[in-house]
Amino acid sequence: MKLTKTLMATTALTVTAGAVLAQDMADSMTLVSWGGAYQKSQVNAYADPYKEMHPGLEVVWDESSNEAVAKLRAMDEAGNVTWDVVDVVASDALRLCDEGLAMEIDPNEILAAAPDGTSAEDDFGDLLVGDCFIPQIVYSTTFGYRTDMVPDGVEPPSDICSVFDLETYPGKRALEKRPINNMEWALLCDGVAKGDVYDVLETPEGQQQALDKLGTIKDSVIWWSAGADTPQLLADGEVFMGSTYNGRLFSVIEEQDQPVAMMWDAQVFDLDGWIIPANLPEDRLARALDFIMFATDTQRLADQAKWISYGPARKSSAPLVGQHAELGIDMAPHMPTDPNNSQNTFLYNYEFWADYRDDIDAKFQSWLAQ
Amino acid sequence: MRPFHTDKNKFDKNKDANGDTMSDVTDATTAKNAPTPDDALRISDSKASGPVLAADGTPLKKSLKRALRAQKLRALALIAPLLIFILITFIAPIGDMLFRSVENQIVSSTLQNTVVELEDWDPAGADIPGEPTFEALYWDLFLAAEAKEHTKLGTRLNYEETGVSSLFRGVGRGIDDFGEDQVEALEDFDPVWEDEMFWYTLMSGGDGAEQNSRHLSAARERLTTLTTDDFIGSAGFVPGAEISELLPRTISEYSTFALFTVFADEDVVAEEEPWEAVKVSLIQELTSGVDLAGYSGPGAAELRAAQDMLADQPAIDFKQAFLDDDEDWADPGLWETIKLYSPPFTTGYFLKAVDLQKTVGGVEAVPDGEKIYGTLFKRTLFMSMVIMGSCILLGYPIAWILANLPVRTANLLLILVLLPFWTSLLVRTSAWKVMLQQQGVINDILVWLGMIADDSRLVMINNQFGTIVAMTHILLPFMILPMYSVMQTIPQTYLRAAKSLGATNWTAFWRVYFPQSIPGIGAGSILVFILSIGYYITPEIVGGTTGTFISNRIAYHISSSLNWGLAAALGSILLAAVLILYWAYDKIVGIDNVKLG
Repeated sequence: MKLTKTLMATTALTVTAGAVLAQDMADSMTLVSWGGAYQKSQVNAYADPYKEMHPGLEVVWDESSNEAVAKLRAMDEAGNVTWDVVDVVASDALRLCDEGLAMEIDPNEILAAAPDGTSAEDDFGDLLVGDCFIPQIVYSTTFGYRTDMVPDGVEPPSDICSVFDLETYPGKRALEKRPINNMEWALLCDGVAKGDVYDVLETPEGQQQALDKLGTIKDSVIWWSAGADTPQLLADGEVFMGSTYNGRLFSVIEEQDQPVAMMWDAQVFDLDGWIIPANLPEDRLARALDFIMFATDTQRLADQAKWISYGPARKSSAPLVGQHAELGIDMAPHMPTDPNNSQNTFLYNYEFWADYRDDIDAKFQSWLAQ
Repeated sequence: MRPFHTDKNKFDKNKDANGDTMSDVTDATTAKNAPTPDDALRISDSKASGPVLAADGTPLKKSLKRALRAQKLRALALIAPLLIFILITFIAPIGDMLFRSVENQIVSSTLQNTVVELEDWDPAGADIPGEPTFEALYWDLFLAAEAKEHTKLGTRLNYEETGVSSLFRGVGRGIDDFGEDQVEALEDFDPVWEDEMFWYTLMSGGDGAEQNSRHLSAARERLTTLTTDDFIGSAGFVPGAEISELLPRTISEYSTFALFTVFADEDVVAEEEPWEAVKVSLIQELTSGVDLAGYSGPGAAELRAAQDMLADQPAIDFKQAFLDDDEDWADPGLWETIKLYSPPFTTGYFLKAVDLQKTVGGVEAVPDGEKIYGTLFKRTLFMSMVIMGSCILLGYPIAWILANLPVRTANLLLILVLLPFWTSLLVRTSAWKVMLQQQGVINDILVWLGMIADDSRLVMINNQFGTIVAMTHILLPFMILPMYSVMQTIPQTYLRAAKSLGATNWTAFWRVYFPQSIPGIGAGSILVFILSIGYYITPEIVGGTTGTFISNRIAYHISSSLNWGLAAALGSILLAAVLILYWAYDKIVGIDNVKLG
């Protein structure tokens, strides 16, 4: 039955695709993204070129990705989904898919193949998380530190465990106010082997072990909840080191020239990409699919890296990554996926956190409030 | 000075009484056959001596009531637009949201058969449920997976039992293959069982056969309950009466398949091969020894042959199939959770909101390491009180100065009070960050003055202190404005009179002025307290870990964890707390004493 279903879906899509040419696509489209430098990179790399190809198209941006899941659910319940293409992180895409709020996709059908003919499915590879997610970039959550606050005669930190080493590296730390990533780092620095981290974290004892390890630096931590917090805290000299998204650190280091350096050790890869809301009307769906096909092709993904230091999700885009459009520096060494930076990495474990997020978050928040 | 106060109250009461009488007069004069106010007095006097009649002979009471009703209706019609607007855009959504705190239909609507089977299962016993429950679970989950509802239920139950989310997601992928040995055996034995037209004829009993739509209606209800979509209209399929008697389970599964195919997939029933669940149900019924001897409808020969063939096949073991898919299906905790949450309404969210949990043994406290909401509620109330208190302390002198300055200067200063009011909340909060942080303005100045050492800078943000400072600043105008407008109405002459009668400055203020300004303090306090109890942006930004409020958790559950039920329960409790405090305020201070001007 699966085969029949796939065939049916394929036929249906082909029919839709055929109908697209004949009928008009919607002449306005609402894209949802995160705002800031990231959205700017999308406007420059995707939306502007696409608008040039389709004069008369109106593109509306909504900076709601942060609460996309809740808003989409509310819209769906109200029976009026106004978004056409939504930028979300992979874990949110998984949630939306589970909730039936995002459209299931067949990557080979709706995404362009690589220039050398590799199918989209192979080109994106493992990054196709879940059934609804269309990957766009790989970003990482990693640490930056103040170079001028490294004590005299001490090597700059290059190991994740220096976060927990207050003796060698005194000063405050900025960590995200949620268990994800922090628990993994804590276990890693408490003697748990990288391969066993999630097995340990499944058990209440393992969760307590991670919290105890975090407890050793609890008094020196400023907990952040917005990605812009850590760059600000670093720039103000409020903290010695802090975790945030690598693109934010890039802009502190390269664009704002602050005395800050990256520490890539044990960076956690995460994905960001598009989803299409479920049950869109036909003309809007046609427009969304057309845009997605364009915006996720090999060249466009490579273009985005001109504006922000996030790695393109396609393998075929990597060789095309060039220089920053304004600063003129090579972008490749600033990518989280660069071989020099990715010697020791983690990939966000979506399935694990989908299951354990509520439970561990309750413990984490309770621990924080103590 | 007590007399002053009482006098003022008396004056107020007189005014109120006056106002009431006036409105009565208006009511009465505009009404037809209107009685005069005197009449009303006379009625009460002459109650004993029988009913007083109006001019047209009807009892006066009745006629008055009629006249007043018309008045009331007209008044109601006038406020109707606003009332309806508020009902639709405000009350209804809030009610809907609060209703989610007890609503729990998703379990019983997704696992319709399983929930029935589980009624007889004793969670206190040692064993997990048996084969019939797992079979019921198979029917439920197969359909749920087709309709993509199973992951929603997985997410819902994952709030109660960690791991259910991936368990359900996983079984959704694997459930097509349950019983595949038997299904394949059937299809290999006779390819006709893969033929959609054969199935359609078999199930509908062929052309002109007697029909029975009972199973179709049941399937329709099953689907509507599951998806909340409509499945109304012709499915192009009605089950045959004879086959319905013979193979009720198969007919029921096929009917569900037919309706889903037509309304959800928008295909034609006769052109689609039935789901695995339909075939599995047929196999189950044939192996359970249904007597086909009397059946002569379409496909009779194939059915008999299949029954003979299946007699040699092992029976489908649903429990084993589930356990093969994931051994977590044998976890008693999972079944306890499903059983505990099968009723359509639950107290689970409310219990969780007060750090309790449902277990098979009754209600228990959650482990110490997971308690959080009690702490947060207490902290929210305590800090709101502190913020309210500091607003009173800071706002009172300002309001006093404003009220006692010449109007022109006062207006100018009032703008200074209002200016931050017009500035973005985020800007004001972020400004406090710059002021209070360790490398911030205040610390820098203190270090420069030599009052603190450079390495022992004060921690004034990302804790309760930061939240109190920032929120006091933000909410101050809400305190100053009502105080100011009340103080404006207090004549300066009272103070002078008190002093001329020998009161000291302090006595004059404390015993003459202050009591009269209490309505302003009351109004401001209620405003500030209720606003601060629901604040979440400022505590989130400057509160760190010790300065966050319960509303931060509500926001988290609304926008991040999507546990809207728990968020609604927390919100309801917060609402109840505010109403109780309001009631207490009314009892202690009196709500009539609150004045905005």
